[in-house]
Amino acid sequence: MLNQIRLGSAPLGYRGTVEAIEPCDNASGISPEELESRLIELGFIEGVSIEVLHEGFFGRDPIAIRINNSTVALRRREAMAILVRDREQDI
Amino acid sequence: MKIALLAKPGVFALVGAPNCGKTALFNALTGSQQKVANYPGVTVEHKSGRLKSPSGWDISLIDLPGTYSLRARSPDEEITRNIVLGTMEGEAQPDLIICVADATNLRVGLRLVSELKRVGRPLVLVLNMIDIAERRGIGIDIKRLSSELGIDVIAASAVRRGGTDDLVYRLDDLAAANWSANTESNWTPPEPRELRAIQREADALIAQVISKPAAPDTLTKRLDKVLLHPAGGLLILLLLLFTMFQAVFTWAQPVMDLISSGFDLLGSLARDHLPDGLFESFIENGVISGVGSVVVFLPQILILFTFILLLEDFGYMARAAFLMDRIMGGAGLHGRAFIPLLSSFACAIPGIMATRVIDNRRDRLATILIAPLMTCSARIPVYTMIIAAFIPARKVWGIIELQGLVMFGLYAAGIGSALAVSWVLKYVFWRDSPTPPFMLELPDYKLPRPRSVLIALLSRAQAFLYRAGTTIFAMMVLIWFLASFPRPPEGATDPAINYSLAASIGHVLEPALAPIGFNWQIDIALIPGMAAREVAVASLGTVYSIEGGKEAAEQIGHALANKWTLATALSLLAWYIFAPQCASTLAVIRRETGSAKWMAITFFYMLALAYCASFLTYHIALLAGAG
Repeated sequence: MLNQIRLGSAPLGYRGTVEAIEPCDNASGISPEELESRLIELGFIEGVSIEVLHEGFFGRDPIAIRINNSTVALRRREAMAILVRDREQDI
Repeated sequence: MKIALLAKPGVFALVGAPNCGKTALFNALTGSQQKVANYPGVTVEHKSGRLKSPSGWDISLIDLPGTYSLRARSPDEEITRNIVLGTMEGEAQPDLIICVADATNLRVGLRLVSELKRVGRPLVLVLNMIDIAERRGIGIDIKRLSSELGIDVIAASAVRRGGTDDLVYRLDDLAAANWSANTESNWTPPEPRELRAIQREADALIAQVISKPAAPDTLTKRLDKVLLHPAGGLLILLLLLFTMFQAVFTWAQPVMDLISSGFDLLGSLARDHLPDGLFESFIENGVISGVGSVVVFLPQILILFTFILLLEDFGYMARAAFLMDRIMGGAGLHGRAFIPLLSSFACAIPGIMATRVIDNRRDRLATILIAPLMTCSARIPVYTMIIAAFIPARKVWGIIELQGLVMFGLYAAGIGSALAVSWVLKYVFWRDSPTPPFMLELPDYKLPRPRSVLIALLSRAQAFLYRAGTTIFAMMVLIWFLASFPRPPEGATDPAINYSLAASIGHVLEPALAPIGFNWQIDIALIPGMAAREVAVASLGTVYSIEGGKEAAEQIGHALANKWTLATALSLLAWYIFAPQCASTLAVIRRETGSAKWMAITFFYMLALAYCASFLTYHIALLAGAG
């Protein structure tokens, strides 16, 4: 589990694979279950490849993530619920 | 069975995720045969259109708000769910559900299909934007997809000529089918576990039916490198906004002049051809100049909406929300509040209506409450008149025009106070409710389709003119009544308005407004100004008996320069930044929030701000010797 990080702390250009969705706190104003559902609806599901494409100017937030064929934007705080692993490590 | 069907046209509903091209498909299928209304009780647009199938069936097509799932999260999405499930009061459950999916991004669409299959209504899947999918080399085995899903799958392209022919012929067959009246739905809100399973299934299916994976859209990628660049992206956004404002204020001017002189012509025709008296005054001052003073903003609103619709169609608006999210978040606002607030610079009414895209209720309320603080175009005539009359046309620090600087300051004061109000709401009153998440899809860039933009623009224009013709018209009549009754006594020398109810109200207000430097003439002018801010200019003209009305703003300014002190003029400017001087904005707030409470809150907080700001401005100016 050494190379597992939270997507919310991933640097620009990071490529990886989603390992788990684990909402931990209630900082998002919605229940962890709702956050989990929304993330799945955006396309975050165990096993998909992601890439951090862009980040905002202030606090490098929010971030734009490439998932399969679509690009989604979210804040780092919510992205903390997504556990990812370096893609290079899998190969 | 055929007879029963002929009596009642089949109702087909379009369901799909945002950005799947559903509305373009709807436009392609129904053309100009569409009707936009609101669902009863809520302010979600109900779009329906008629389609005559090749063998003569009448099909009523409804375009439901875009949704990622039937797990509704915003008022829009609830409508979609309730109609699909048939639980919406007064709306029949559709005979057929047409699920629209973006052929270049099937993941979302297929997940929606599996939810819709549980609803139990007849269902077909349309793979929209098939032309883009083909161009990007995506191979989809439609036959296989259809047999795996157990439903009809039809490829379509809303933009290509003949791109919807297959779909129309298929709908023709379906319209002739015999629909069972009722079906049991076994849809329940899926839990995360189920959502995962559904998405897995969809992904497995995609792996089976897609023979060639999509070549990534390199154009979008390259454009985003520039447009979403942390610093460069913000700069481009600013530049775009600047261009937009230039366009709204300079391009619109000639047309606005034309409209305004058209209404003046109508007014003078009325004056010349109607017998003098009450009826003539009603037609000229109540009807013609009342409606004219609002209709004159149509060009500005259309230009603003053209920009917004083009940027939206192009796919840029989601990027703007992305770029602005952090900046807006500092004031407790949602990234999506950006577009509504931007529209509010033209007019708060379309701005407030555009807040419907914000799903969190408090975020939406915060945006609605501050939208009227954005300097709308109706304030410009008032600002221009006072600035021209009281602020000397000289340069400061050698290069900057003082008058322009004051104008800029007024805009900045509006924006700054809006951000402050939202900050106070978020961190003082609603401290306990955490910030909701910001999540949205950044769609691939697409060339805007002129036809879609035109259709949307026409419906905006219609809605605006309809409003001008109803609510605003009623308001203008009321204000004309206040300003005209009772009639002046025989042999009166002062302008008629000085004997009217408006004058009585002005005099009643006088003690309250004297501390902020307003005389009773200003108080009177503020009353008609409630209908539309800029009407105050014409009213001041009337009160000071200056001939020429609106067009003579410069002349009015000269007269005012002799009658008011600088402190009073500055105080009136400060008043206009904040004051809730627009009855139609208040009416829209009432309608959009569904309660008079929020209208009252907006009115009183703005009034309080206006009073304090004017009081401070007046007294500081007096102290500085501007009395």
